[in-house]
Amino acid sequence: MSAPHSNAHSNPYEPPSDLERLQRHGWTLGAVGVAACLVGWILDSNQFFHSYLVAWLFWLGIALGSLAILMLHHLTGGAWGLMVRRTLEAATRTLPALAILFLPILLGMQEIFPWARPEAATDELIQQKAAYLNPAAFTLRGFFYLAIWSLFAFILSWLSLRQDRTADPGLIRRMQAVAAPGLAIYCLLATFASVDWLMSLDPHWYSSLFGVYFFVGQGLSALAFLIVIAVYLSQRQPMDSLFTPLHFHDYGKLMLAFVMIWAYIAFSQLLIIWSGNLPEEVGWYLERSHGIWKYVSILLALFHFLLPFLLLLSRDLKRNAKLLSKVAVLVLFMRWVDLYWLAAPSFGHEGLSFHWLDLATVVGIGGIWFALFVGQLRSRPLLPINDPYLEEALADD
Amino acid sequence: MSTPPPSKGPFALMAEFRSSKELIRAIRQARGAGYTQLEAYTPYPIEEVWEELGHHRSWLPLIVLIGGIFGALFGSLLQYWVSVINYPMNVGGRPLNSWIAFIPVTFETTILFAAGAAVLGMFALNKLPMPYHPVFNVERFALASRGRYFLAIGRWDPQFDRRETAEFLHRLAPQEVSEVAS
Repeated sequence: MSAPHSNAHSNPYEPPSDLERLQRHGWTLGAVGVAACLVGWILDSNQFFHSYLVAWLFWLGIALGSLAILMLHHLTGGAWGLMVRRTLEAATRTLPALAILFLPILLGMQEIFPWARPEAATDELIQQKAAYLNPAAFTLRGFFYLAIWSLFAFILSWLSLRQDRTADPGLIRRMQAVAAPGLAIYCLLATFASVDWLMSLDPHWYSSLFGVYFFVGQGLSALAFLIVIAVYLSQRQPMDSLFTPLHFHDYGKLMLAFVMIWAYIAFSQLLIIWSGNLPEEVGWYLERSHGIWKYVSILLALFHFLLPFLLLLSRDLKRNAKLLSKVAVLVLFMRWVDLYWLAAPSFGHEGLSFHWLDLATVVGIGGIWFALFVGQLRSRPLLPINDPYLEEALADD
Repeated sequence: MSTPPPSKGPFALMAEFRSSKELIRAIRQARGAGYTQLEAYTPYPIEEVWEELGHHRSWLPLIVLIGGIFGALFGSLLQYWVSVINYPMNVGGRPLNSWIAFIPVTFETTILFAAGAAVLGMFALNKLPMPYHPVFNVERFALASRGRYFLAIGRWDPQFDRRETAEFLHRLAPQEVSEVAS
């Protein structure tokens, strides 16, 4: 605590005061959204829980993807990561709140998951999976994943804070030592989580690529979100003089890579299931290739992959923060469409079931989540002030 | 640098620097002094040097893009022609035009042709292979592939004057200034 940078007012990278306004907007939107959700819950609890699952997974994806990208940065280094490390850390510290927001899913388990309903007792295939797919195990596993992820998030944030205070260069090694197993554990748990929270909506269906699809999507969500925040910060003191087109070029390249991996995994899963043509597997795709869902699938291919891919090929666009943030917003929106496309056809509504609760839940959870995120972002300097690589990262050439 | 018009005198004047920072500063000053026909030689690619030289945009990305589009069309049409027109065969009851199965090969041919266009395009734009270039007449120029940075001002620069330009280069505090014999 005796280090010169411990006093927040003396630090040169103090978060801009506008953030307070953003945080207030977050709380307001959150309150309106939650009120709408409560009304929706009373009017149509079935629909409420379906919408809630998608909205919760959307915001969870940003926080968890941030954890993965943060750990990736600790392991690989680079100026791009140092510039946004505090944004990523702030997003990961929202994980305990997301664990609390997991509770409504437990309340609505019967409305969301077919295996949790009494009728499941007569389904031979579900009965074979009952040792894994049962309410108690589902609840325990869910909290276990969220606890482990939160633990990694807080260890990394705590080490980062200690680095600010003590300037101990050895902390870099310790962060790497946490990040290496952390990344592997994150991927493993996210795979299980994808089975629990999305794949089991259709308990007969299975795909071994699904976990990768799930966490690559989270990485993409987090990257698009961090671009939006970085562009916001780059227009304000003190970061306006520190972000350069080179940084945005790097974020653009990373987002392009994630868009491509997402498409690669999505296509691989389709190719494998289409080639095998087995009844338990193809049903999932048949649901998504008929009626209105066919057009949602095409929408995904065009706007989750093709358009961002073509736009991000351009060097000029990647170096233009404003344009890049527009692509990032498109990608974020399509991330929600992707989760909706994964979940909604399995709920068994007739046709395209877009409901006002789909919006209300995204706004409700999102407002609260965003306000918490901004609060975390405001609580620390915007750059890791005593990181040994910071000087190098901020050098002009 | 574009090709020099034939005339007497050295091909260019060349200054040697010990760091990329010195080189970049020298390029800035030379451009500020009105010189336009500059070329820099560095042991590794430095993006800033390329920007400071004010080079026109490379045509290479467009060549690669055209190569990729051609590869995608070639791969998909080849498979369509083989499976639907030339040798239609029923595989597991699937439609002849099973586009899902065509995508991996289409992807491969896209990359293949884009990469081929990148290599050949790079050679063509650099006019390679080029067995002779005057800069190698400077003995110390071999260091350009090790740890030294060179700036050359071409004789066909409108401002080029054998003595004045040499004096200008000396003022940039280089390691050495040499004349590049044609």
